[in-house]
Amino acid sequence: MTEKQLMRGSHVIGEAAVRAGCRLYAGYPITPQNELTEYMSGAMARLEDGTFIQAESELAAINMVLGASMAGARAMTSSSSPGISLKQEGISYLAAQELPAVIVNTMRGGPGLGNIAPSQGDYFQATRGGGHGDYRVIVLAPASVQELADLTRKAFEYADKYRTPAMLLGDGMIGQMMEPVVFPEPVDLNKLPPKPWILDGAIGRPSRIILSLLLDTTVEEEHNWKLVRKYESIARDITSAETFMTEDAHLVVIAYGTAARIAKGAIKRVREIGLKVGLLRPVTLWPFPKRVLIEMSRQIKDFLVFEMSTGQMLEDVKLSLEGRSNIHFYGRPGGIVSTPDEIAKEINSLYHRQHLEED
Amino acid sequence: MEKKVFTRPRYLKDAVFHYCPGCGHSIIHRLVAEVLEELEIGEKTIGVPPAGCAVLAYNYLDVDMGEAPHGRGAAVATGIKRVLPDRIVFSYQGDGDIAAIGTAETIHAANRGENITIIFVNNAVYGMTGGQMAPTTLPGQNSTTTPGGRDISRDGAPLDLSQMLAIARGSAYIERTSVDSPKNIRRTKKAITKAFLTQMEGLGFSLVEILSACPTNWKMSPVDANKWIKDSMMNTFPLKVIKDKTNEK
Repeated sequence: MTEKQLMRGSHVIGEAAVRAGCRLYAGYPITPQNELTEYMSGAMARLEDGTFIQAESELAAINMVLGASMAGARAMTSSSSPGISLKQEGISYLAAQELPAVIVNTMRGGPGLGNIAPSQGDYFQATRGGGHGDYRVIVLAPASVQELADLTRKAFEYADKYRTPAMLLGDGMIGQMMEPVVFPEPVDLNKLPPKPWILDGAIGRPSRIILSLLLDTTVEEEHNWKLVRKYESIARDITSAETFMTEDAHLVVIAYGTAARIAKGAIKRVREIGLKVGLLRPVTLWPFPKRVLIEMSRQIKDFLVFEMSTGQMLEDVKLSLEGRSNIHFYGRPGGIVSTPDEIAKEINSLYHRQHLEED
Repeated sequence: MEKKVFTRPRYLKDAVFHYCPGCGHSIIHRLVAEVLEELEIGEKTIGVPPAGCAVLAYNYLDVDMGEAPHGRGAAVATGIKRVLPDRIVFSYQGDGDIAAIGTAETIHAANRGENITIIFVNNAVYGMTGGQMAPTTLPGQNSTTTPGGRDISRDGAPLDLSQMLAIARGSAYIERTSVDSPKNIRRTKKAITKAFLTQMEGLGFSLVEILSACPTNWKMSPVDANKWIKDSMMNTFPLKVIKDKTNEK
């Protein structure tokens, strides 16, 4: 199955997870990501050592993943926005107990029950930790079906390497989309680095404890600093962004995931009428590609942040640039998906308003 | 010639319990450790302590231990056991943990017939947080959140979780015991042994509910607390084998 094939986004995540060595999946039905849960039910059943559990709740699902992770397995759960809120308890514990796990959020319109349309309203929740406490989650934002496959693999690798939860942040659009994909070869689980911390019974070794209760405040403080040092090394190692037509650009659009695809379409349109516009697409939302942005601000004086929300990544752009360039925003919340034409008009108007044609 | 008649079980660490005088947790920890040793399963056992007074069980039980969020013991134990089906996995949970915030996780683990064991310590009160009403608090019982006594028309009646779990088809063995007297402590040990044997034989979900004293929050002496278990708690929570289908195969 390494040749190119046409597959739906949700199924691609599932297949990529299996190939990444995922051996326990627990999930709870919620639209628009049921295709992934359904895919995993079949895929895990086909494996000799695979476990699929349709959990009684999102809380149970994330905690089954937590248990599986303690026992050393690569494990995954998935949901959509309201369900991800419920998983935050477990994600906080995973971060605190330094347990690897992969969480997929197929974002939908919110807040509350919202709707099932594509949205990017969970950016804050994903990138700020999401649950209680002082922690971060690795957040990867795929913008194509191929990237779903690639980033799912990376999510498992990063989670294991750094012993921390990693989230794949997409939406219903990318989950439902069918595109060609080439999968990486399945990992050989026997060749993965050993995990000398798991709970598999104290045979020939002292017993182990995995906990997050640190009643001694100085111990809790040191644990938090240890996490910070880990997060710093993650930021150094894995931060990633794609640039598109930025070399001669006077204006750069910043967008991720589905919004970046739409922005790309818009940029192609405005390029046809001679506007010098490029795209910066963060692939890692946390860690945010701050340095790329700062570097770019030497040439680019105007950035347009485009999100399917009222402006969340916008804050990271502002925090990164610290006043270095003009930051403009266009976004639509609630499950509205802007068209490339709509964004092209917005770019065109901004371009002339800022007199960028004169540069 | 000296003969050793009493010693610390192999799977109990050489540590001083933090539990209050008269608390049942120390006795139950010891029983679990004794059973693990007698069944020769300590090295293949993974325990899941709760949120509550017994969260520190990992300081006493010398087996692999992984802490669960409040109430999620059955879900965490499920995850561990599914990955390592040849290991012995148990969760240790209090009444608030298992019968209030973790009700769903527990019922569904039982219903799926998860091959895990739960040690359910029922002391009719939230101990660690200072004596609030638990799902198992008796009618009329004072707690810090039922100052005039639990009023069942306002607060609901005590929840018999073990009975509820017995209805679930996947549960194999459920017994309610007590540690209020030497006789009942011996019975509790038998029940814990049977629960682990149920898991070792792959028969499904096993649980031992143990009535246990909380003299501090009950505001009683240890002796009075054990008397209260016998005179009051056992009326609402009678000691019995609630379900046993271990012979059905």
